[in-house]
Amino acid sequence: MTQAAVSPSPGPARPEDPAKPDRPASPLARLRDPAWYQEYGVYVAVAVVLLFNALFTDHFMTADNFRTQLVQVAPIVIVALGMALVIGTEGVDLSVGSTMALAAAFLPLYLGYGLVPALVVALLAGAVVGAVNGALVSLVGLQPIVATLALFVGGRGLALVMADGQLKQIVNPDLLSLGTGSFLGVPLVVWIAGLLAVAVAFLVQRTTFGRQIVAVGGNRSAAALAGLPVKRVLIGVYVLCGVLAALAGILATARLTASDPSSLGTLMELSAITAVVVGGTPLNGGSVRVLGTVAGALLMQLLRATLVKHDLPDSTAQIAQAAIIVAAVYVARERRSR
Amino acid sequence: MAPPEAEPQPPEAAVGPERSAVLEARSVSKRFPGVVALDDVSFSLRPGETHALVGENGAGKSTLIKVLTGVYRPDGGELRMSGEPVRFARPFEAQQAGISTIYQEVNLVPLMSAARNIFLGREPRNRLGLIDFARMYREATELLDGFGVRVDPRRPLHTLGIGTQQMVALARAVSVNAQVVIMDEPTSSLEPREVETLFRVIDNLRAQGIAVLYVSHRMDELYRVCERVTVLRDGRHIHTGDLADLDRMQLVSMMLGRDLAEVRREGVTSFTAEGHEAARTPVLTATALSSRHQLHDVSLSLYAGEVLGLGGLLGSGRSETAKALSGALPLDSGELTVDGTPLKRLTPAAAIRAGISLLPEDRKAEGIVPGLSVRENIVLAAMPRLSRAGVVSRARQDRIVDIFMKRLRIKASSPEQKVGELSGGNQQKVLLARWLCLEPKVLLLDEPTRGIDVGAKAEVQSLIDDLAREGLAVLLISSDIEELIEGADRIVVLRGGAVAGELEGDEVDESRLLEVLADHTPAPDPGPASGGHDDPVPPGAEAAPARQDVAPAAEEDPR
Repeated sequence: MTQAAVSPSPGPARPEDPAKPDRPASPLARLRDPAWYQEYGVYVAVAVVLLFNALFTDHFMTADNFRTQLVQVAPIVIVALGMALVIGTEGVDLSVGSTMALAAAFLPLYLGYGLVPALVVALLAGAVVGAVNGALVSLVGLQPIVATLALFVGGRGLALVMADGQLKQIVNPDLLSLGTGSFLGVPLVVWIAGLLAVAVAFLVQRTTFGRQIVAVGGNRSAAALAGLPVKRVLIGVYVLCGVLAALAGILATARLTASDPSSLGTLMELSAITAVVVGGTPLNGGSVRVLGTVAGALLMQLLRATLVKHDLPDSTAQIAQAAIIVAAVYVARERRSR
Repeated sequence: MAPPEAEPQPPEAAVGPERSAVLEARSVSKRFPGVVALDDVSFSLRPGETHALVGENGAGKSTLIKVLTGVYRPDGGELRMSGEPVRFARPFEAQQAGISTIYQEVNLVPLMSAARNIFLGREPRNRLGLIDFARMYREATELLDGFGVRVDPRRPLHTLGIGTQQMVALARAVSVNAQVVIMDEPTSSLEPREVETLFRVIDNLRAQGIAVLYVSHRMDELYRVCERVTVLRDGRHIHTGDLADLDRMQLVSMMLGRDLAEVRREGVTSFTAEGHEAARTPVLTATALSSRHQLHDVSLSLYAGEVLGLGGLLGSGRSETAKALSGALPLDSGELTVDGTPLKRLTPAAAIRAGISLLPEDRKAEGIVPGLSVRENIVLAAMPRLSRAGVVSRARQDRIVDIFMKRLRIKASSPEQKVGELSGGNQQKVLLARWLCLEPKVLLLDEPTRGIDVGAKAEVQSLIDDLAREGLAVLLISSDIEELIEGADRIVVLRGGAVAGELEGDEVDESRLLEVLADHTPAPDPGPASGGHDDPVPPGAEAAPARQDVAPAAEEDPR
């Protein structure tokens, strides 16, 4: 680890390094095993980025900076958690960004009835989107990428119709406090994302439903022959993903202090998929890595922040992210073909 | 011209001075990691003959076809066409050399028109180098007319019936100047009428001197269209000779590797000799299960405490029957009754609730979830029962898993080892444990000992015995005829998706089973065919008449 940190080569080539320089810490044999990278690569990479910043970036290791980074990454983490579940079933959900916009569009319409009804309606919208996705995938038998593409397009359209295509200021103090408030010095959004990560991890590891998700993703026909409610599991997964996306939409709206259905959540599906993939969840299903997903989202966020703080343009950050994605997919591919 | 091969010959003789062979494989071997798929197989095809290639699962038929068509390159031996050694690096080269293949699943472009499919890659061009559609449609129509198929060649392929699609594939195969046409299970999805058309086309090919390699497990068809036959078993060449010299019994016993002379031998399986005490009333009754192209009116009853064998050759509908009994095969009609109560909805979940468990044939594709642990694979189906309020209870799971890992002697480093890392035998035991921990009333076992090592095989066999003695109703499907005979108290034999016979008590022996397996019942399709083989005749007497309609044509051709 130290080797890499002492020989920094800033620029797009960097991101590929993080996992490799770990030589002193682990036996050589393990480093040749792609599975090891898929398992731990993302954590090592986060550590390397942090270490690099500790040494070479001013004002990075400060509470303020971390608060900013975490607040920014929280919505991505929330959406990525749902995405990880969907990807665990060998699916993908492209409609999460639109679902965020839809939830944001519903908020101002129902805030008149109070915060709770508005939140319920917004989350319900996410559940409905998820249910439609799930039904298209499991009952109609569409491929997930096609099924969710429909709502990727249609969801945002509907959101714009609901909101009259306009940005609406949010003045409800309760809702705004969701975005700006903090508890024990940690922003509420971060608390929510953290608790959700714990909840999803529990769901995946310890509940019947969670284990069935993994089994359906691992071998769908075996799961069906074993009498598992495959269709129900699939619908449930997409509904969860939709609700989580809607929640992310609410929180993002609260931070923005405005409901902006035309731009809220654009490209979110890609950020979420990236976090999941970089976190080591294989795209061919059968495994959901919750902690890895959180780390994946963090890595992308920290990487971008690092490059920005070193005055490199955003375009460079995108290239670096691309390199990380390629590396993550490459590692996963190696493992599959073994 | 060809020297007649009057008698069944060993492989070396078949290689011999076969001057006129249009396609010949000499001592071809093909190995895959852990398996020898083809072991020194020699085989030759004469111009204008229709040659049957038969064998059970794992015999090496498909490997041989893939070698002949350039999909695989042989590890040893050589291929010759018209006496010249050839080497195909890709399937395309084999096609160029005149070997066309028609697969079971039509492999054409469904959205393109029939004509475009026929001429794909070699479309007739006009002066501008553009496709000459008028000519293409005209020629396609002529070709298809020649096969007695009247369709508009402009229609997209997927709008045509599956039989017509096959004719299009055939038209494509023939129009590329094929010398050899390989047909792999061409009739498996055809209607009887379409089968007749196919046979007419084959006659047509024969008249043109084109050799046909016909792969099928349907005895009727083989005796109907083929002159010669090659039998493969376990990757080895067993026999090549005139089909007329073999009756069905002989053919089937060659495929299965059973010698009629030594029918009774001491048991080599781990089943005990005596039968089981079966109950009087059936646990599971299936009435008239039908599913298009797969099952026709299959009825059977399964009693507690017995092992019912389900016999049949490849493609007879054994696995489909087991799937149907477990609710995993969509049925057109039929009813399942468990303990006197009819099942309303036929789904795997409903069948499992009713106490029916299926150990599927394909362990990898339908059984294990490779990325999950041994523990999770065992409890997969029982998970809801081992959970409280949707939260899985590790303690309960561990208890069950521990019991079954000990009872079935599952060898894994720990219950947390991934099941994909285990040996085939241990994977099979994990699957058995998955079903046994549900405490089923009926256990359907589809090839429970296939592809597992000898030790595990013996353990599984004695387990089946024990289970039946404990009062479970067991359905056993096995291609291992010894296993079937010694394991089962009663055997229902399937043929062509229908029940062909049942053996009980003393009848359960090899010679009887072979008889029923090979037996010949009136063809279900009363086509315009060749009279003479429509009566059930004792095996041995029937082959000759069946051959009459094909023999003359064959003898004329080489000249």
